[in-house]
Amino acid sequence: MVNQTKQKKTSWIALLCVAALLLLVIILENLSAWTGVKGILAPTSQLFTVLKKAAVYSLVAVSMNLLNGFTGLFSLGQAGFMLLGAYTYAILTVPAAAKDQVYYLYGGSAIRYSVIDLLGKLFGSSGAGGAVSLILGVLIALICAGLVAALFAWLIGLPVLRLKSDYLAIATLGFAEILRAIFQWQRLGPVTNGANMIKQFPTFTSFNIKNAAGREVLRLSTFVPFLVAAACIFIIVLLINSSYGRAFKAIRDDEIAAEAMGINLFRHKQLAFVISSFFAGVGGALFAMYVANAQAKVYTSTMTYEILLIVVLGGIGSISGSCIATFLYVAASEWWLRFLDVETVLGNGFKVPLLRNGFRMVVFSVIIMIVVLFFRQGIMGDKELPDLLRRRGRQSKSAAAEETEGGHG
Amino acid sequence: MSNSDIILRVKDLTVNYGGIEAVKGISFDVPKGSIVTLIGANGAGKSSTLRSIAGLVKPRSGSIALEGEELTGRDPTAIVAKGVTLVPEGRRIFPDLTVLENLRIGAYLRSDDLSEDLNWVYELFPRLKERSWQAGGTLSGGEQQMLAVGRALMSKPRLIMMDEPSLGLAPLVVKGIFEIIREINRQGVTVLLIEQNANMALKTADLAYVMETGSITLSGTGAELLTNESVKAAYLGT
Repeated sequence: MVNQTKQKKTSWIALLCVAALLLLVIILENLSAWTGVKGILAPTSQLFTVLKKAAVYSLVAVSMNLLNGFTGLFSLGQAGFMLLGAYTYAILTVPAAAKDQVYYLYGGSAIRYSVIDLLGKLFGSSGAGGAVSLILGVLIALICAGLVAALFAWLIGLPVLRLKSDYLAIATLGFAEILRAIFQWQRLGPVTNGANMIKQFPTFTSFNIKNAAGREVLRLSTFVPFLVAAACIFIIVLLINSSYGRAFKAIRDDEIAAEAMGINLFRHKQLAFVISSFFAGVGGALFAMYVANAQAKVYTSTMTYEILLIVVLGGIGSISGSCIATFLYVAASEWWLRFLDVETVLGNGFKVPLLRNGFRMVVFSVIIMIVVLFFRQGIMGDKELPDLLRRRGRQSKSAAAEETEGGHG
Repeated sequence: MSNSDIILRVKDLTVNYGGIEAVKGISFDVPKGSIVTLIGANGAGKSSTLRSIAGLVKPRSGSIALEGEELTGRDPTAIVAKGVTLVPEGRRIFPDLTVLENLRIGAYLRSDDLSEDLNWVYELFPRLKERSWQAGGTLSGGEQQMLAVGRALMSKPRLIMMDEPSLGLAPLVVKGIFEIIREINRQGVTVLLIEQNANMALKTADLAYVMETGSITLSGTGAELLTNESVKAAYLGT
């Protein structure tokens, strides 16, 4: 009983922390407009690119962790489900007026409507009405993106989830590769735009609030991916802490014992797979918003490995580990190590050795190897942030308990 | 013995395991409220029998009936829901889950209030209460066996089946485990026990069957088999 109230308290604190983080993002993003400080806080700064990408990737990493870390299913289909989400989102939200231009090779799109246009008819397409139809339309498209990915997961889960460990990984990897080829198929051009990218759909910058004169009043382009990712991760955390989550972990620990306890193995694996893919689909849609286009050729197995690497670095079975690792990984690869790719000449013509295009990835690989060597379990192991804070208190308490026990003996 | 006193009736059960006929058409009854034991050497087909009753392997032929209701070929979920639960061989607790979480998984199919049964399990095994927030994998062998039994009890079983609960435990701990088995039985749960530790099993059981290479070769009360010459020679080593 005591522990339950304690847990409730920690989850409230966690929720408050997330709210504070979101608020901080808004402030950070608008600070340069409010104070006039440029540099790192300028809207075009690498900082915001990294924050946006990391927010998107953290959702995908957590969704992969749900499957690989909490249910013990080694799946490598994440990029495939992201692709499904990205295309679903893009196809549903390209404005009708822009379709001819985007699909010019195919004489316009086979899907003539866009969710946002349809909502625009209902709420109006400018001013507050426009904002409502944009937000609602993007929300609906994001959910559809997740649902399409989930549907495909359900279908391929029927045969594939009966496979074990490595075979499951190979099958899901193959599925993702096949999807990538299918989406570039010319025959599907009127829907997928063939090998060309789909563009001109609402992105994160569409959410920046502008006044009548067209000047930005409040920037929300970093806040939006944070909000969506945080909401999705929150749902995943609730799932993991529910009795379903406990069943997932039981399956991970010991399939036979879980089955003997009456847990239906296939149904629960299917559930974890579908939910993980749903959020990978949403993540894919967010990724399309981040890069402002949807094209099949970026959703390669390399992307899946990148996410797998993040999950392993953060700790298999730790949600907060995945989030922290994502931000460190994205910041290091996209920002902090960039200088290694630029040939630098110091003072009187001294050319710094080794610095040239591609050197960044060499250093990055070495750093990752070192991290993996020293943190065998990943940064967080299977612990969460609140666990680490709580552990100190409990350690001293259990030490005291043992002492009294020893006294009785 | 009238039919209403039988909780589990196994008839002509045949189980194939890895291409071999592990169980060759055995029949036996488990009376309600009793402790029944199947003893026999390694590979006699004891585990295959229990696993097929639990639904983990599909029997090739024969029937398994719980109070007249056919269980043959049903999935483990349905069988646990009917009140038959298995404490698997080698304990198989969930090492990364806490003791409490392990116990809750035992009650996974129940949607009613668990607190009464949790208290019951904690009363049977005060050790588990002390360690309720510890990961299952950090417990000692004996404690893990207690947890495995407690976990099975959380499903509120009418029949609890135990696969070699004494395996790999120190003699003193084994004694404790058998005391618990008797205690559970006193509280109204029927026990079907398979053991290699024939001495302890026969002393505890009301009814015993001896299995050899897939068939039942002997049966009787525990006391009868304890004095049986061939049992003595083969399993008790006296």
